[in-house]
Amino acid sequence: MPEDSIITDEMKAAIGVDSEPSVYEIEAEPIRRWAEAIGDSNPLYHDEAYAKSKGFRSLIAPPGFIANYAFPVKSGGGGRRSFRSPFARMLNGGNEYEFFKPIQAGDTITATSNIADLREREGRLGKMLFIISETTYKNQDGEIVAKARGTGISY
Amino acid sequence: MAEQLYWEDVQEGSQITPLQKNATTQQLVRWAGASGDFYQIHYDKDFALNNALPGVIIHGALKSAWLGQMLGDWVGEGGRIKSYGCSYRGMDVPGEDLILTGTVTKKYVDGDDHVVECDIWLQKASGEKTTPGTGVVVLPSKA
Repeated sequence: MPEDSIITDEMKAAIGVDSEPSVYEIEAEPIRRWAEAIGDSNPLYHDEAYAKSKGFRSLIAPPGFIANYAFPVKSGGGGRRSFRSPFARMLNGGNEYEFFKPIQAGDTITATSNIADLREREGRLGKMLFIISETTYKNQDGEIVAKARGTGISY
Repeated sequence: MAEQLYWEDVQEGSQITPLQKNATTQQLVRWAGASGDFYQIHYDKDFALNNALPGVIIHGALKSAWLGQMLGDWVGEGGRIKSYGCSYRGMDVPGEDLILTGTVTKKYVDGDDHVVECDIWLQKASGEKTTPGTGVVVLPSKA
């Protein structure tokens, strides 16, 4: 690693360390609001009777909902709590999602995150730190419902 | 709602039904409220300009949510999305006509699943792809 690397030993030690869990109580109204905010009128996300007619317990969450919904009842701080970036600004570089089971209103989802990787790059605006975090979401039965991977660009 | 799409209906090169979007600043505020992402670059113009941005910009995660909507609409209730992802390479702003679409790159059978892999993206009216990505979906089969 070059001498002027911004990735400290303290940062490296944070890789792979799971955060405290965040707990999300999934409810119908936030699902509706989220679907309305993106402009998706699919009745599975709005109409409870319709969702039930398709075999679900209640409304189901749209793809990406759990990864992009930041109101956990109990916040575990996510993977970044264990160190501080030397830069003040942050941009979202990318998101990936994997879906295993539908998330339904009435579920309680527990999420744990960790920093999967740290990379540095020289860009137009100077040095940048790429923070790759991974989050695993489980429902109240302990089943993995989704996984998400995000790239934060700190600069 | 569109007719259910089947695995047999798509080939390598088939296009994903495009989804059109044109965000308003009000929509970005709705998204901030619904997602909890209150970063000011998405609704406070002065803050955005002071951060070397052209004005308020669309949240990356909102663009990925739109890609999810596009895939969800395309696979219909008989299909499901296994995974998808994207990178935010370019900025998009409210008031711009944007199109989300994609093309099929591969199709195969994996156990009980009839799988389709695609390239997906968001593009401006000019054709510039600001948000490229990939997706893997399962479609119902007529077999």
